[in-house]
Amino acid sequence: MTTENEILVRVENLKKYFPITRGVFQRHVGDIKAVDGVSFFVRRNETLGLVGESGCGKTTTGRTILQLYRPTEGEVYFEGQDLSVMKGEPLRRMRRQMQMIFQDPYASLNPRMTIGSIVGEPLEVHNIAKGKEKRERVQELLRLVGLNPYFINRYPHEFSGGQRQRIGVARALALNPEFVVCDEPVSSVDVSIQAQIVNLLEDLQAQFGMAYLFIAHDLSMVRHISDRVAVMYLGKIVELTGRAELYENPLHPYTQALLSAVPIPDPVIEERRQRTILEGDVPSPAHPPEGCNFSTRCPVVMDICKKEDPEFKEVGSEHWAACHRVG
Amino acid sequence: MALLEVKGLKTRFFTEDGVVHAVNGISYDLEEGDSMGIVGESGCGKSVSVLSIMRLIPEPPGKIVGGEVLFEGRDIMTMDSNEVRKVRGNKIAMVFQDPMTSLNPVLTIGRQVDEALELHMSMNKHQARERTIELLEMVGIPDAAGRANDYPHQFSGGMRQRVMIAMGLSCNPRILIADEPTTALDVTIQAQIVELVKRLKDDIGMAVIWITHDLGVVAGLAEKLIVMYAGYIVERANVKDVYGDPRHPYTIGLLASLPRLDKVRERLFSMRGLPPDLIDPQPGCPFAPRCDYVIDRCWEETPPLEPITIGHEIACWVDVKSSQPNKPAN
Repeated sequence: MTTENEILVRVENLKKYFPITRGVFQRHVGDIKAVDGVSFFVRRNETLGLVGESGCGKTTTGRTILQLYRPTEGEVYFEGQDLSVMKGEPLRRMRRQMQMIFQDPYASLNPRMTIGSIVGEPLEVHNIAKGKEKRERVQELLRLVGLNPYFINRYPHEFSGGQRQRIGVARALALNPEFVVCDEPVSSVDVSIQAQIVNLLEDLQAQFGMAYLFIAHDLSMVRHISDRVAVMYLGKIVELTGRAELYENPLHPYTQALLSAVPIPDPVIEERRQRTILEGDVPSPAHPPEGCNFSTRCPVVMDICKKEDPEFKEVGSEHWAACHRVG
Repeated sequence: MALLEVKGLKTRFFTEDGVVHAVNGISYDLEEGDSMGIVGESGCGKSVSVLSIMRLIPEPPGKIVGGEVLFEGRDIMTMDSNEVRKVRGNKIAMVFQDPMTSLNPVLTIGRQVDEALELHMSMNKHQARERTIELLEMVGIPDAAGRANDYPHQFSGGMRQRVMIAMGLSCNPRILIADEPTTALDVTIQAQIVELVKRLKDDIGMAVIWITHDLGVVAGLAEKLIVMYAGYIVERANVKDVYGDPRHPYTIGLLASLPRLDKVRERLFSMRGLPPDLIDPQPGCPFAPRCDYVIDRCWEETPPLEPITIGHEIACWVDVKSSQPNKPAN
């Protein structure tokens, strides 16, 4: 069982709406419900995978947890303290312990700063190290992520995509965080480089014991790196459980369809596979359907699904799902 | 006679930084009704090789510096621009990666499909629209007659890619070249498009060349497979042989570095180093700096693509079956 002490981050009914406005007076005419009531927790030293298709709200969830967006509703507890009501200096101090690795290594590094000042900036901002001490710490960090410490005075454009992603990892690690949100860290690098970055993230976790929230759309990658996996669809978590359980016993029809859509790099298996192909597209988060968000595409939809939103509840040991057909 | 024969195709880009050796003498045949996959990482020359076949390389800076491309026995490289235009679109159609930028935003979907029909099939407006609606229905666009009057921004990414495919099919091509058509799409939408292309291939009987970096997608789609690295074909075989018995160290490494949905790997194989710079490349095998099986000869001579068994070719000096990987100290 999970004791409170094992839990690092607890998210309760988190919502993030972006307003849609119209006209010169910015009249509020609706909301994009990017994250619409998600609850989960992350244990110390574990990796929770968060998967879903584009626009499902997985990145917004990650950013709202770190308070890069302020939540519309709901709470985020970090080590038992509610971040959603914190601001100013106390929040800034909490931020030391939570860092982020971004998706696009070309956009997330300032082209006018040297690698040394990029990786060293968190140390300076949080008054941890200066001068020679800072330089030594930066060199140590570069070595840790597999870069040559002599690169300290170079600029981002001198590096390849995979190397830049390593720089992003070094920056996230500079403050010894307890919790790192990895937002699609490998989806913009080549296949042969992806394995390098993923192995690096795993080694660092084994060495320093931080927890990861690993956001990705690639289910094979999430299966590889995560201890538990949460599946999102249109702003909500539809299923959350341990990785073995999710891949062997998926309960939600969306999880089942998603797993069946992922191609397996083996022609012999592919030949025999029966696919569930979902009809249509994801609805707009500005106008989610009545009832269950997945009801418009669900292959096993019932009448109740179009009226009532299913509750996200524990349907087995450590297995949560939101579906009228389950539990 | 094969439908398409590519022989020794070489494409270079002459840039300020130097000459980019994008495609370095590749050869393959495509038979009628074939489905062939070309896989490789970004910059391996897979897209440039098919753009070269269609003579769509911007010149300058690009230039096709060698080789022949025989389509139905005639060399596309020596055709004049009118003849090339007739092959392009009419006989060989292409679907591109990004369905967001491949459509004209100020013309209706119907108008854009009509245009190809009017130009290539000399239909009048009325006939063209009728056929357009038929094509849109064929690629699974609901309410095709109504949607033909909509603009691209009113379509989702998956729907736009369907429109692109409809456009590609409009002149009953013999070959459909799909250049990463599902890379910009979500996995459930990707599955829809893959099924669609498979069905259309069987219905229409065209050959398909599917270019991708995703070894998962081609596994279920192609019969023949070409693996490219640094502008060379490094391995070519029937798709089951490539996955079941990969023989080139690059293919072996690539397959071992993929996480799998159907099994748990303790640790991913991580290939050393970076893909090579194609500007003024070093002599020898382009994969040598990253290869675990490298021998002295690899640094001096580029290995040719040669058969090791019937229908399975690799470009490698080493027989990986009879040698041990030598892990150099890193």
